[in-house]
Amino acid sequence: MSKLRIEGVAREFPGVRGGRPTRALEPIDLAVADNDFITILGPSGCGKSTLLRIVAGLDSPSAGGVLLDGQPVVGPGPDRGMVFQSYTLFPWLTVERNIRFGLREKGMSEARQREIAAAYIARVGLEGFENHFPKMLSGGMQQRTAIARALANDPKILLLDEPFGALDNQTRGLMQELLLGIWESDRKTVLFVTHDIEEAIFMASRVVVMSARPGRIKADVAIDLPHPRPYTLKTSPEFSAYKARLTEEIRSEVLKAR
Amino acid sequence: MKPLREIAPGARWALGVAFFVVFVAAWEIYTLGGFVDRIFLADPLTMLQEGWLLLVRYNFAYDIGMTIWRVFGGFVLAAAVAVPIGVLMGAYKPVEAFFEPFVSFARYLPASAFIPLLILWAGIGETQKLLVIFIGSVFQIILMVAVSVGSTRRDLVEAAYTLGAGDGGIIGRVLLPSSAPGIAEILRLVLGWAWTYVIVAELIGSSSGIGHMIVDSQALLNTGQIIFGIIVIGLIGLVSDFLFKALNRRLFPWSLQ
Repeated sequence: MSKLRIEGVAREFPGVRGGRPTRALEPIDLAVADNDFITILGPSGCGKSTLLRIVAGLDSPSAGGVLLDGQPVVGPGPDRGMVFQSYTLFPWLTVERNIRFGLREKGMSEARQREIAAAYIARVGLEGFENHFPKMLSGGMQQRTAIARALANDPKILLLDEPFGALDNQTRGLMQELLLGIWESDRKTVLFVTHDIEEAIFMASRVVVMSARPGRIKADVAIDLPHPRPYTLKTSPEFSAYKARLTEEIRSEVLKAR
Repeated sequence: MKPLREIAPGARWALGVAFFVVFVAAWEIYTLGGFVDRIFLADPLTMLQEGWLLLVRYNFAYDIGMTIWRVFGGFVLAAAVAVPIGVLMGAYKPVEAFFEPFVSFARYLPASAFIPLLILWAGIGETQKLLVIFIGSVFQIILMVAVSVGSTRRDLVEAAYTLGAGDGGIIGRVLLPSSAPGIAEILRLVLGWAWTYVIVAELIGSSSGIGHMIVDSQALLNTGQIIFGIIVIGLIGLVSDFLFKALNRRLFPWSLQ
């Protein structure tokens, strides 16, 4: 049974100063199964972030709708945790208080909040940084805190919008392993937007390829690679075959978008 | 000297002090050298003597106390009214649309021009002095706080929504803490302006305060006392500014770079 259903979602942005409206998304249908890890792969400006924002409830579709567990999405809520590309930790809160933000909003007791925060700080390897302010952390540590903050809320689905896009290559690789490790043990349903082909294959059980603007689904590729996946998988022949195929799919779209 | 290059803290101090030294030296040469009539400008030594007389014989400390109380009283009243309105304007666009045109207009009404009216309405007591400072500060604070709150990073607001925050949570746990350092900075700025309003208010229809002393001294052609009064205002401003900055650093360690 599908956890999340995206049904005919289209998005049109009104024209600037009487100009023609911009179509960002063609009607899109996508069903996400429970415990699935789906990456949405597409060239810049294909509307993949717009689609994710609509699922999060931060943007409204011009047509169609999104159902989570059969309930229509009408606005943002704690059942859909989100990690953004920009660093969105609250700068006035410490790492620990950032992670407790959503728990406090739920009215949970402080002792329980601290317990959960400590568990997630350990999971993302930030012991010893509990009382640091975000500005004292590296980009990778900030995004690990952001992931912990989203997961601590125990959402039904985790949405990630190019969360590792601003990180250097080595850090990005480690972050992928961290996120994949968490998914392999928790099997939280994940929707992950990226333009990085390797990243899309490495973590996903399904890669959804989007076309250049206006965005629509161009290909839907199941990734049949066994778990747990070590980082060495990235150099295996099976991985390379997926990479070659998706590179072709994306390349033609990038050429079209130029 | 290179553009934007930092200098050592010691050198910064020395340069800052150097200006005061040059300034006082120029004043001294101009007055003691006989380039200007003593009736128009007292020399620094006479000024200090007159200041000492003011403090020990004419109970000037009481005037200073009255002025400080008026500034802070009027300023606290203005902040108590203006900050909540500014926050609501920054958070809610309809509230902003309702208040903004009037506040923008009222901001340009000179507080000093209200003094005759305020004397008519409130007499020449303390209420009138507080009202001058209130009128001079309240509209400025409202507008600047509204801008500060309204420019909160949108991605932080969105992150809070996806963590389950409602409208109250957004205002109380995102907009307010995010703009708190900016609001503190605005209050520090407007407090400086409040000092100019209080002196103007005391120049007219007042029986105490630094401004009242300055008008009295003018009648006696005592420029030393006038200059001493002005310098006292400057010093109090400097101290309150320093305290405000230190408080901000203590309260908002996360906002320093």
